[in-house]
Amino acid sequence: MYVAVKGGEKAIDAAHDWLAKERRGDRAVAELSLAQIREQMSLAVNRVMAEGSLFDPDLAALAIKQARGDLIEAIFLIRAYRTTLPRLGASRPVDTGAMRCDRRISATFKDAPGGQVLGPTFDYTHRLAGLQTGGRGGRIRGRVPVCGDATDEAVPKPRITDILGRDGLIQDEPPGEAEPPDMTRAPMDYPAGRALRLQALTRGDEGFLLGMAYSTQRGYGRNHPFVGELRIGTVEVEMEVPELGEAVCVGELTLTECETVNQFAGSKIEPAQFTRGYGLVIGQTERKAISMALVDRALRWEELGEEDSGAPAQDAEFVLGHADNIQATGFLEHIKLPHYVDFQSELELVRRMRAEAAREAAE
Amino acid sequence: MTDAAYNFAYLDEQTKRMIRRAILKGVAIPGYQVPFASREMPMPYGWGTGGVQVTAACLTPADTLKVIDQGADDTTNAVSIRRFFQRTAGVAATERTAEASVIQTRHRIPETPLTEGQILVYQVPIPEPLRFLEPRETETRRMHALEDYGLMHVKLYEDIARNGAISTAYAYPVKVEGRYVMDPSPVPKFDNPKLESPAIQLFGAGREQRIYAIPPYTRVVSLDFEDHPFEASKADHACDLCGAEESYLDEVITDDAGGRIFVCSDTDFCAGRRAGGHRGALAAEDVA
Repeated sequence: MYVAVKGGEKAIDAAHDWLAKERRGDRAVAELSLAQIREQMSLAVNRVMAEGSLFDPDLAALAIKQARGDLIEAIFLIRAYRTTLPRLGASRPVDTGAMRCDRRISATFKDAPGGQVLGPTFDYTHRLAGLQTGGRGGRIRGRVPVCGDATDEAVPKPRITDILGRDGLIQDEPPGEAEPPDMTRAPMDYPAGRALRLQALTRGDEGFLLGMAYSTQRGYGRNHPFVGELRIGTVEVEMEVPELGEAVCVGELTLTECETVNQFAGSKIEPAQFTRGYGLVIGQTERKAISMALVDRALRWEELGEEDSGAPAQDAEFVLGHADNIQATGFLEHIKLPHYVDFQSELELVRRMRAEAAREAAE
Repeated sequence: MTDAAYNFAYLDEQTKRMIRRAILKGVAIPGYQVPFASREMPMPYGWGTGGVQVTAACLTPADTLKVIDQGADDTTNAVSIRRFFQRTAGVAATERTAEASVIQTRHRIPETPLTEGQILVYQVPIPEPLRFLEPRETETRRMHALEDYGLMHVKLYEDIARNGAISTAYAYPVKVEGRYVMDPSPVPKFDNPKLESPAIQLFGAGREQRIYAIPPYTRVVSLDFEDHPFEASKADHACDLCGAEESYLDEVITDDAGGRIFVCSDTDFCAGRRAGGHRGALAAEDVA
């Protein structure tokens, strides 16, 4: 006698209980506070905000804790929450030229107005696991500059590309008047304009963009980038308030901006000019911003009169269609769900085809 | 009890209106994939977010909801989605096909014939029937616009040339009302004849941002050739529990020595038959 397995409801409840227990871990170890995650896991918090498309460090910290440190799961929590939020309005475009920079470097010029500011970077650390210090890093020597130092703010940091642009050495990016699309409120539409592409890239998966960008460096849609400028810091967010008749600052955002200077385009009529790639990402998210700039540049092949070399990074449908880790992980992981109905239909088909082949062989 | 923190059926009214407009367009153009601004839902893409959004947009407080996955009401994801709507909409739930006004399904069409006024909502992974022949959306949209389905026929022909039969066993392509070629979602081809129905059939693909529909009594033809006609096949057995000859069967492995039995994939249909006194070869007398 056979009785079909039941008890899906009980199994789900038990799994959730077990998950809660595992999330807490050994109760003899103190529980993490959200403030600890926000302050000491700040790059994880930044990634969750960037790919969750929501600037809220406390909420990102909560999501990381709830997700047991699985950042894609945390991003998912943020996205699912974000989509329920009402849209109060749109800000004015932020002015990254007026950014209060924690970090600002250029790889194209030894020095530039505003100077090179290394900021809090891993770049020149020796990657020696801090076995003696328990991961605390070295002792802090002397006075640590903080963001928004009066001395620092006094030095304007004009964009490197603006300096190149003054001499006409780099292609101009005229400001567009059109209202940019909102990919969270309209279905994706191909071919996608650059504003839509940049939107998709900035919330795309860091690992995916890194791989795509890396592929262009290795020759799949090569566009030889120089990091014209990389800057990280805070910008003011302003909104027009009709009642007041002016724009008011409603808050601050930490952003990472990368502008690449790429190989030139030109023709008999137009003299040679460098071209640009652009990356702008929420938080201190340098690897992502540089990757984004390289991929943006690769996707501009048509507009810049280049050839389609068939590289994956040049294919907007391929890149934009697969950059979102929430879509990707959902569809990938759904193959864990039961598929026995579809499998049964194939099983039956294969058996029938094999039976027919056997019968033909016997004849 | 409804969770008061959320709007009825979770989505806000503006979003539901947007989805309803897409549904209406889909009903007006049977088989045509309508792009819609799919939302991020609190369950993963690929787990029925399209179906959930369509169901959310269709539900009223007076509705009775049934949710099935692989034909069964008690599979884990069906349980999860049913709970979601019980929590956020507080609607009545049922396992009985005949009692449901809205049925959300994954991979099956119920065996019990649907009736006028019922809505069947499908969860769709890849809405584009031409996707695995042409990966580019810009291209496939053009092909649909020009009714250029030659590639699909070539694929089916090549199946026959290679395997002696059309080797598509589920998600078998259909032509709707003589115009659009449509993917019926990964239902087994056994279910294809049921696509011509008195009920409204709505298809939601969340990740792919598409909704499409088959209005009641619409002509739905499974693609085939005159010399290789379509056949709605199933395992050549009767249900071992209820004895049904004409229902789609799951194969259940019972031991590691080749033992297997066949049981209805539609759990409500099977339970209903057993309650009506039908018995299969392996049914115990006390199983009801």
